[in-house]
Amino acid sequence: MSVLAFAEQRNNTFRKSAFEAVSQAKILADQLGKTISAVVVGSNVENMAAELGKYGASKVYVVQDPTLSNYSTEGYTQAVCEAVAKAEASIVVLPATAMGKDLGPRVAGRLKAGIASDVTGLTVEGGRLQITRPMMAGKVFQKMIIKTEKQVISLRPNVFRATEASGAAKVEVLSVSLNPIRAVVKETRVESSKKVELTEADTIVSGGRGLKAPENWDLLTKLAEALGGAQGASRAVVDAGWRPHEEQVGQTGKTVSPQLYIAVGISGAIQHLAGMSSSKTIVAINNDPEAPIFKISDYGLVGDALEVLPELTKQILKLKGQ
Amino acid sequence: MNIVVCMKQVPDSETRVKIGADGKSLDLSSVNFVINPHDEFAIEEAIRLKEKHGGEVTVLTLGPDRAENDIRKALAMGADKAVLLRTEGDFQGDVAIALAEQIKTMGSDLVLFGKQAIDEDSSQTAQLVAEYLDLPCVTVVVKLDADPAAKRLTAEREIEGGTEVVELPLPAVIGTQKGLNEPRLPNLKGIMAAKKKPLEKKEPVNQASKVETVGLELPPPRAAGKMVSQGLDGVPELVRLLHEEAKVI
Repeated sequence: MSVLAFAEQRNNTFRKSAFEAVSQAKILADQLGKTISAVVVGSNVENMAAELGKYGASKVYVVQDPTLSNYSTEGYTQAVCEAVAKAEASIVVLPATAMGKDLGPRVAGRLKAGIASDVTGLTVEGGRLQITRPMMAGKVFQKMIIKTEKQVISLRPNVFRATEASGAAKVEVLSVSLNPIRAVVKETRVESSKKVELTEADTIVSGGRGLKAPENWDLLTKLAEALGGAQGASRAVVDAGWRPHEEQVGQTGKTVSPQLYIAVGISGAIQHLAGMSSSKTIVAINNDPEAPIFKISDYGLVGDALEVLPELTKQILKLKGQ
Repeated sequence: MNIVVCMKQVPDSETRVKIGADGKSLDLSSVNFVINPHDEFAIEEAIRLKEKHGGEVTVLTLGPDRAENDIRKALAMGADKAVLLRTEGDFQGDVAIALAEQIKTMGSDLVLFGKQAIDEDSSQTAQLVAEYLDLPCVTVVVKLDADPAAKRLTAEREIEGGTEVVELPLPAVIGTQKGLNEPRLPNLKGIMAAKKKPLEKKEPVNQASKVETVGLELPPPRAAGKMVSQGLDGVPELVRLLHEEAKVI
């Protein structure tokens, strides 16, 4: 019996959350007295597989085929399920990324397993996984168990730590005769490789109506760039068409928990607060001293966003010696 | 095209959470319910596809009687009919199986979902239903083109920092994301018509759920922190605190 981690890669590069999944699978395997293995799926991925040994995997299964160079739900589901069978895995751990969120439920369905998605807490009690995961964007946390023999869990990125240790993994390439894939990814369009993904960012600078007009957004972008962070937005400015929907933070957008969240000109509607209140340090800049955002902020500054932003950017660049 | 839209009724996003007396369910006594916001994109897309290519849109909901109110809203937007898999209180069964078993009886070309329900946030029902029905599935879709004659779809799904363009055959399952369309508001004519549209109520297939909630917990409350001086005067103080005290810059 073993715990199997799905190590996500794109363009033959592991995501950080792949290492988080392997490290956490290792912790669970140790606590449950099981072995730990990982699976890498893609095209020509055999050479990168051994790296997972550093994060605790003792065995890495590789399923590679030119048709797997792009992600596909069906191809990757079959590949992971073959590894589950080979490893005799009872627990499958994935990252709750765009890929993992799509893949995990399909794998669970195939295995007739129960699934817990976007998990933020895991313990073992009496040989059983005790799972914690946020609901309603973090307004409440669900404590749950999975009742089936096989269990699938996806881990929220940036919550569990990727721990490097000394260790080597045995790599085994599985020969899999792939079923035809019906939903085929024809193209992957990544806008900018430099852009930091919101849900994985350590620092987020978010803006709202307080920026007064979309042409002022540049001031926020400059601060985000000075901090090496990602940009977020309130629902109000997304609905107004100032910003693309993928930047929306909140219950109907993305839930984020960076080290530093700076809310600029965002008053703090309940649905926005739900999406960001698990951030480690929260800073609010708003011209209304009564804005609800100040009630959950570690540091607050009452002031006009358009006046404060350039000065804040300037002083941060100065601090960083630039 | 015959399209099934799976819709869930959820507490609206302004809801303040109260945990029920049993410690493992929400106290819904003073909650305002709405159509799951992500499902509105699925309903709108289904209606647009019907308007363009013909066919019929059926709304499928699993939930208690109160869901009828929001089902009627979807019918007022332009869906043709609805099925309510009626539950009493919290459904203890497997939701994806109940939906899949019902969809099997409906002969649909396309099944649409929102990308996730904003109450449970699992974002897994569309994928599970697709697996149970052995259909191809694309989730978090922000652009969808259908060619019913060729029985093909082209879907763009959101990934970190970009999109994937996926081609797939019908029948299929699609999970929709904000950006796909702008959901319409029902007009008076639609609201009147919705009252007469067929709504079938039936019992869901009830297979035991594979998971169990053992408790709910509220997150630790956050207290208000320090206020620095107002306006530009506060900037040096803020930078110093972030650097020296919070150590985040």
